[in-house]
Formats: sequence, C-alpha cells, structure tokens
Amino acid sequence: MSTPAEYYQRDREWHPPAYTHDYKTSVARSPQYSLISLENTVSEITGPRFGHGDIDPIDNDLILNYAQPGQSPIGERIILHGRVLDENGRPVPNTLVEAWQANAGGRYRHKKDTYLAPIDPNFGGCGRTLTDENGYYFFRTVKPGAYPWRNWVNNWRPAHVHMSIFGSGFAQRLITQCYFEGDPLIAKCPIVKTIPSQAAIDSLVAALDLNATIPLDTIAYKFDIVLRGRRSTLFENRLEGN
Amino acid sequence: MVQKLDYLKETPSQTAGPYVHIGLAPGAAGFDIYERELGWDIAGPNATGERIRVEGLVIDGTGSPVKDVLLEAWQANAEGVYPHPESAGETEEGFRGWGRVITNFETGEWAFETIKPGSTPGRNGTTQAPHINLWIVARGINIGLNTRLYFEDETEANAADPVINTIEWEKRRATLLAKRSDKDGQIVYRFDIRLQGENETVFFDI
Repeated sequence: MSTPAEYYQRDREWHPPAYTHDYKTSVARSPQYSLISLENTVSEITGPRFGHGDIDPIDNDLILNYAQPGQSPIGERIILHGRVLDENGRPVPNTLVEAWQANAGGRYRHKKDTYLAPIDPNFGGCGRTLTDENGYYFFRTVKPGAYPWRNWVNNWRPAHVHMSIFGSGFAQRLITQCYFEGDPLIAKCPIVKTIPSQAAIDSLVAALDLNATIPLDTIAYKFDIVLRGRRSTLFENRLEGN
Repeated sequence: MVQKLDYLKETPSQTAGPYVHIGLAPGAAGFDIYERELGWDIAGPNATGERIRVEGLVIDGTGSPVKDVLLEAWQANAEGVYPHPESAGETEEGFRGWGRVITNFETGEWAFETIKPGSTPGRNGTTQAPHINLWIVARGINIGLNTRLYFEDETEANAADPVINTIEWEKRRATLLAKRSDKDGQIVYRFDIRLQGENETVFFDI
C-alpha cells in the first residue's frame, strides 16, 4: 500500500474555535487541551457511502414529505440549492446532504422545543438528498423563521437551515448552518460570531437567486458548500490527480 | 503583490444545536418521517467477528452528562477492511462500517451494537491497533470532535499503535481505552468521553 493521499489540513483559524465565551454552552463543552494532529491514514481518508437505496425521492422536498395529502405547509416557498465542491474546486458527487430547520414561525418539531409559536401540521422540517454527478443538490422547503433561545435573555437566531455533509472521507465530515441574504439578525448572533472572520461568515449566507426561482411559484436561494480538498498523489490511477 | 491561489476555503463549521435529532434521527425528535433512518446498523447481519456493545456517557466540564449529543462511528470489519474503494479488500454484504447514535434524553447514555474491528494499515508500513473512529457533535460544540476508541484488552497492539504513540503525554493515552466487561453473556466495552477538565479525552485534528 502506498501512503494515502491526505486531505489538506483544516484551517482552524477559519472555523470557529471550541471555546467561544458569548455562546454560553460552549464554555463547559470545549476541550482545554490542544487537539493532537494526525497524519491521515486509511481510517480518515475513507468514509461511509450512500446510495439511492438509502433514501426516497421525496426526501428532499420538505413541502411534501410531511404534508397531509392535498395540503402544504404555511410559509415562504423556497428552493435551496447549490453545489458541493472541494477546496480544489472539484465537484463532490453522490454524497449525502441532510438538512433540518424550524417552520415558518421559528418552531421546531422536536419534543424539547417549547417555544410558543405553533407547530405546522404539514411541516416536519427535515430532508436529505444525494448530490448528482456534478455535485449539485437541491431542497424544496419553506423559509424558516427566527426564534428565541436562552443565551442572553433576548437572543434570536437568524433564519437558518442546518446542513450535514459527508464527502468521501471521514475527515471531510461537516455540519454547518445556512443563513439567508439580508437578514439583520446574522450580525447579532453569538453562534454566527463564533466564526472569527467576516469572510468566513459571508460564506454561510445563501444568496437570493432569482435565476433559479420558479415564477409565480417558488423563490430560490443558492448555497454552495466546500469540503476539504486532497493532495495529489502519484499512486492513484487517475489522470486528474485527485 | 503575488498571484492569488485559487483554492476555495472550506465551509466553516457551526454547532449542530440542540435539535440535531430532527435532521439526523427524527424518530428520537418525536416523529416518523423516513422509511429508513440511517445509521442504526453498523455491521449488518453477515459480518464475521466478535459481536460487541459499546456504551458510555459524554461528560462536560462540570462533570454532568451531555444529553443532546450525536455520535457517529466509522470502523473497519474484523479483517481490518473499510467498506470504501481506498481500503484494500472486501467487506461482507451489508457491512456499512458507519453508525449514528444519540444519547438518551434523560440519562445521557449512548450505545451501539457492532463487531470488534480488526487491525488496519497505518502509514509507512505500520499497523494500527483495532479502533473505532468517533465524531461527536452537540449544542455548544462549534466543530465536531474527533476521537478514537481503542480496546483495553488489545494490550500489545495498542502499545505498538502509531497514533497512540504520537500522544506525548502517556497518561492521556488511557482516555482512549474502552473497558471490557461481560454482561449476561454480552461483551460490553465502556467508553466515557470527557469533553473538558480532569481526564479530558484526547481529541484529534484529523
């Protein structure tokens, strides 16, 4: 066996650090010791793979996947779409993207959520899909509402969709949150502000994408996701190197 | 000025939040939506090797169990092969190698059933002791934490393991060893994860 092609080192000055004082729960849940840096082995460069047998075609349609027959959730109908790429700019095909969110009023369908805004009987709030051969994915959903949370007494999360992405190696595993262009709560949020740089924050804000809307039906936002890239290796029998 | 390198930046991580179950384990959030939830069966019915249960708690810096964690496991089969084209060899039909568990909302206990993995190749001709790769996300964790579960009864293999040996502080190595017991004929490995403070678990930047 040759030495495996490693993933580029994660830029941990770009990601949020573990300890972020203003996001209070992080205080007791952040390791104090430094991480131990590993050179990649087969354990990190491999990861789980998923296929169309794992999910149903309707799973990426949050307007239909929990609605009663003939009904649909209340809210602003949106398409959330984009590409999953790696740091080399190459598409990441056939990878699992999972999403979850509150309803249009900011209420989650979760037994631990007690916010007074009501549940929508036609909205579950989760979806999943596989990227196509070009790394493209889309969800159809309603735009989530802002909601309050117990951090400071008057903190409100911006509208957001949680996203979970696998990639091809366990070292690429990522969970993040997608925000929406123009939301004035983004700049106020202690969870957003765990991210050190404005450029990194900007990369989590989906852009209004009028070209992808369906006129008279559904508005669209574009959210591209970038996973770690890999070094080239001379030992892989692939002309493109990675 | 110089030319700008044209690499993209990785999408920054954010916490999975307290309602991670909605997306990744909706049954636990209190509603059934998918025909098949993913991650409940790591090894499948055909895997050879010793059937084991792995269980534990995730404990925060105050000593309290964390009750809204989601853990993912990634492991090789008993022959040390991962179900992935870059791992040499074949795995059994139905062996996924990957699992996902959540903690009990009341107690914080988590557990998964699997098989004990075999040794896997390390770098430069070395051999890695049997281990399960774990990834932990939760409210208050801004970027997923990676660790490895090793087995305390693999004394010789652990002593030679290239990753364990990169941990300069020998006392900290013990935080990666799961403790074996036999409960009514079932082999159980206990692995408590301490996020912060005394006996803090070793976490890796992979």
